[in-house]
Amino acid sequence: MIRLVDVCKSFGSVQALKHINLTIETGETLAVIGGSGSGKSTLLRLLIGLDRPTSGEIWVGDKEITHLGEHELDRVRLHMGMVFQYSALFDSMTVGDNVAFGLREHTKKKEAEIREIVLQKLHQVGLDGVEDMMPSELSGGMKKRVSLARALAFEPDIIFYDEPSSGLDPITSGRIDELIIHTQRSLNVTSIVVTHDMASACRISDRIAMIYQGELIAVDTVERFKELQDERVQAFFRTLRTAKEE
Amino acid sequence: MFLRILEAIGGFVIRRLEGFGTIVLLYKETMVQLTHRMRFRSILDQMSHLGVDSLLIVSLTMLFTGAVITLQTAEKFIEFGAQGTVGALVAIAIGRELGPVLVGVVCAGRVGAAITAEISTMKVTEQIDALRVMAVSPVNYLIVPRMLACMIVVPILTVFGDVIGVVGGWAVAVYYSGISSYMFMDAIHTYVDTYDLTGGLIKSIFFGNVIAVLGCYYGLTCPDGAEGVGRATTRTVVASIIVIFILNAALTFILY
Repeated sequence: MIRLVDVCKSFGSVQALKHINLTIETGETLAVIGGSGSGKSTLLRLLIGLDRPTSGEIWVGDKEITHLGEHELDRVRLHMGMVFQYSALFDSMTVGDNVAFGLREHTKKKEAEIREIVLQKLHQVGLDGVEDMMPSELSGGMKKRVSLARALAFEPDIIFYDEPSSGLDPITSGRIDELIIHTQRSLNVTSIVVTHDMASACRISDRIAMIYQGELIAVDTVERFKELQDERVQAFFRTLRTAKEE
Repeated sequence: MFLRILEAIGGFVIRRLEGFGTIVLLYKETMVQLTHRMRFRSILDQMSHLGVDSLLIVSLTMLFTGAVITLQTAEKFIEFGAQGTVGALVAIAIGRELGPVLVGVVCAGRVGAAITAEISTMKVTEQIDALRVMAVSPVNYLIVPRMLACMIVVPILTVFGDVIGVVGGWAVAVYYSGISSYMFMDAIHTYVDTYDLTGGLIKSIFFGNVIAVLGCYYGLTCPDGAEGVGRATTRTVVASIIVIFILNAALTFILY
């Protein structure tokens, strides 16, 4: 379980997140939606410990991570995986080395065993025979899938997705959504997906949280979220309906 | 108006102090990480990547520097009948000062810029964040190997540069100024002390450290975007060269 208690984050005089209180249950998929600059990526960075909140507490399981040192935080991060918005694959390594990176760093597994895991994880995301390719040879959708395979290699309990469908065509975006659903169901991981794609959020998540100008204005199940009368929430659904009509 | 000027000066000082503080913290973290996992393969890769690629530019710089010192001095020395000391002058000047400083400056441009460009690109493309998310310290993975590689490679390049510089000086002395090869080499044997070389090498170890740490610092703190990468690279070169000259003065005072 992940719990945020009255979390605030400021950058200089700009308050990016204001008094966020949120609980994410184990095994659930939560989509965090909001417009550009609303603070959703900041929230993700706080959850994984890449940034520290200005005030408030963040609990991952029974550990309060806000005041942990980088070394202690690393132990918590071993249970987390992240799929970055632009994949963040190491461009000097092959796809296989990217997926194997965490295993080589933190385990004493033999190379043959690591290679087997790499091939299995790449197969899991629908990518066979790409392990010797360089990231620059892959399409945007393939990079996202490799990024997911890399996150899965260490069999995390929590996976964070930062804009998983951004910059992808609707078909590839749909495939990534299916992969997120499949990963959640087969591994029962807790998934937190930051997105501005309402259709994707409705498809993949159990609950949706909306951030507007740094404030958490709504958290609810997908069905109940659709019925909320808040104008800011409805504005997001209108974009979905317009897209469907087109 | 006066207040604005004061504000601008204050802001500048605070920014510089913040930057200095960050570098000190980065040094501290690098020292802590030195006691953790050592990546020998990565150190060798960096030595090969940063050192071998700099050989040509170091050779050219030092060859012509040695040649020019002889050109500038040999004529006057011959006039005063001191042609027997030209070899010593060239070797001492290169060993104590010109070798370490010029190799340091060349490496700041070649190696420091390469380190900043690589690390800042990794930062902009979220690869540094990816390392942290995978519980790998960027300082341990990126900075420690580069720092150690530079502290080994820059002195090696300096020795190499010293030899090439003396060869450049010897060539001009023998083939242009008419000083005999024996006289040139005998002056080196007579007047040049081992410490003239080792003092320069001690300096170059410090220069290597400065180049790597500043290169990594500007890479890790670069603003987002391609423009940020370019600006960070330029800052590394400028800052490294300035620090090398200041450090050289301090080390010369201490060592000699």
